[in-house]
Amino acid sequence: MSETQKHTLSCLVENQFGVLVRIAGLISARGFNIDSLSVSTTEDPTVSRMTIVVEADPIKLEQVKNQLNRLIDVIDVKELKENAFFDRELLLAKVQAKDDRHGELASILKPFDAKIADKYNGLVVIEATGNSGTLDRLVDQLRAFGISTLVRTGRVALER
Amino acid sequence: MSQRLKGAKILVDCLEREGVEVAFGIPGGANLPTFDAVNQSTKIKLILTVHEQGAAHMADGYARASGKVGVCLATSGPGATNLVTGLGTAYMDSVPMVALTGQVRTSVIGNDAFQEGDTIGITRPVTKHSYLVKDVKDMARIVREAFTIARTGRPGPVLIDLPVDTTVNEADYTWPETVAIRGYKVQAEPPISLDAIRAAADAINKSKKPILYVGAGVIHSGAAAELIELAHKAHIPVTTTLLGLGAFPETDALSLGMLGMHGFEYTNYAVAQCDCLIGVGARFDDRVTGKPDEFARNAKKIHIDVDPSSINKTVVVDYPVVGDVKRVLRELIKLVQPLDTKDWVGIIADMKKKFPLIYREKHKVLPQYIIQQISEATNGNAVIATGVGQHQMWAAQFYQFNKPRSMITSGGFGTMGFGLPAAIGAQFARPNDVVWDIDGDGSFQMTAQELATAAQHKLPVKVAIMNNQHHGMVRQWQDLFYEGRHAASRLNPVDFVKLAEANHCVGIRVEEKEDVRKAIDRAMSINDKPTVIEFMVEQAENVWPMIAPGKAHDQLLGTYEQLSKEGGQPQRRRAQADEESKLSLG
Repeated sequence: MSETQKHTLSCLVENQFGVLVRIAGLISARGFNIDSLSVSTTEDPTVSRMTIVVEADPIKLEQVKNQLNRLIDVIDVKELKENAFFDRELLLAKVQAKDDRHGELASILKPFDAKIADKYNGLVVIEATGNSGTLDRLVDQLRAFGISTLVRTGRVALER
Repeated sequence: MSQRLKGAKILVDCLEREGVEVAFGIPGGANLPTFDAVNQSTKIKLILTVHEQGAAHMADGYARASGKVGVCLATSGPGATNLVTGLGTAYMDSVPMVALTGQVRTSVIGNDAFQEGDTIGITRPVTKHSYLVKDVKDMARIVREAFTIARTGRPGPVLIDLPVDTTVNEADYTWPETVAIRGYKVQAEPPISLDAIRAAADAINKSKKPILYVGAGVIHSGAAAELIELAHKAHIPVTTTLLGLGAFPETDALSLGMLGMHGFEYTNYAVAQCDCLIGVGARFDDRVTGKPDEFARNAKKIHIDVDPSSINKTVVVDYPVVGDVKRVLRELIKLVQPLDTKDWVGIIADMKKKFPLIYREKHKVLPQYIIQQISEATNGNAVIATGVGQHQMWAAQFYQFNKPRSMITSGGFGTMGFGLPAAIGAQFARPNDVVWDIDGDGSFQMTAQELATAAQHKLPVKVAIMNNQHHGMVRQWQDLFYEGRHAASRLNPVDFVKLAEANHCVGIRVEEKEDVRKAIDRAMSINDKPTVIEFMVEQAENVWPMIAPGKAHDQLLGTYEQLSKEGGQPQRRRAQADEESKLSLG
């Protein structure tokens, strides 16, 4: 059996109540592990897109896709293959940085196109978008300042 | 032409148009308008059950016996939760059913109203799909979709939760002729890959020792004739799962009977030796495969199934073929060659002679003997429902099944108490056929109250209780794996004759072997009420052979060799089968 890897699934689903819980229920009942999941409506208001990142070996991945397809409310499931999609995540992080360290912080943020979105009481809220790997690297660098709170939206992706 | 109708009237018109003839259930506060409307239908017979679990199993038994969608009704809250076991049973065995549950009115949903329960939430994992009707104008579409989903693709139960106001409020109604469910098109009719079928056919054509491994998918798909044609054209022996019993006639020269945990010894040896295993509408269940890595370890594996999620789930196969079994078999028949399997069939026939079914008579009558007698008395033409446990396995081994929809049993979920209500449902579906419930005293008591339902409708259902005063299969496992400590597996004696009579059924008790056939014949002669025969059977008898959990197919307990040393006598299910055909394996 080959090794597990992260895979991005892009699902079109009916935009109605109860769909998210069906998907979450299926995934937990079948013992699959979700890395991230994001949901929003699409250009068609009756349809939502879910971007699900799962960690699985190829056989398990096939199972996830097949099981998702069994749900009546799931219209389409597509695996987004490496390099064949464009993805972004939004990150917000509260870090400790007194005024005298703002310059240092700015120099870290610059290569990431990240910005300071808010400041108060010696805390700075950082806002960044990028793909998951880029944001991982940013988080590593911010740790030097002491991250008090971190939130990420999870991956949204479009096929190329 | 659109009409303005109350929700419950719309519902009933939709049910009639879907061909519903009978609905099983219990009324209550939240579904009174529904019952009132169904009761006024001239096409739908409304059957009051004693417990909602009975209603669900009756709808299930009706569906399995007829191939039509079974319908059950329950009120909100506890009524709906009482259906859950029945839904789980139908879901695991892919049985088409529609459950209609009452719900508190839409304006108070979520307020903990009287008899409110989150029915959709509770039943989500045991239904193929479910609907909450929030507006009466959606009623017709939802009912139409529910029946479509229940009966197409891989069938299954669908639940519709009906808040009481949606059954009372009015809407303009036209019956929707067509159904468009955009997330369901492919599932309903999966496209067939001719390349996949060609690859499978090549593998079959190259094989020397092929076996068809057949499940209930063949029965659901109505593909029994195609299966026979394929087996006969290519000379391939056929083994069935528990739920596949009847898909292939066991009188046929190529029948191997059932495989798996309590399958025939020679059948399991044959599966262990085959070089090409053709799975058809079966899902490689753990009770079939034993240790998955060892299952048919030398074989190229083909898996034909309508549900892609069944493929490679427990056993990785070489040739997956997704599609409706009947359509796939039709294509496959064109591509397979007549194979020379004489040597292979000869090997299996030798093993069959060497390792037949066997039991040893003791003090009390044996359940196996009773089932042989039922098989003889009904000529293998009855509909057999069962509970779950030892009696179920003996029924599978010792009754000779020849037709699809003749074995009605809970396979996947293993629901004790399924037998009697399923037999009642089957009798409603097939009033002119003989229906037996072969049951255990443990299983039977879980839904025994439905005798009242059977008696009320004068159903000639026959119940054969193998009374060993134990949960026999549990007792067997405790003896095998828990050093004989019988933790809560012994049942208090119950007088089943009195229980039968209290429910206006005929009750017969049998203690001696010579009375077995007489009692069976007497039950067969009673046509206006249910008959319950309580057979006082040997308590310590075990089901053999047995593949212990997680073991391979050639590592059996209770083999012919062992049992013959202990004085066992070889058995046949029916005497004439082998004389009809020299090659007969069944």
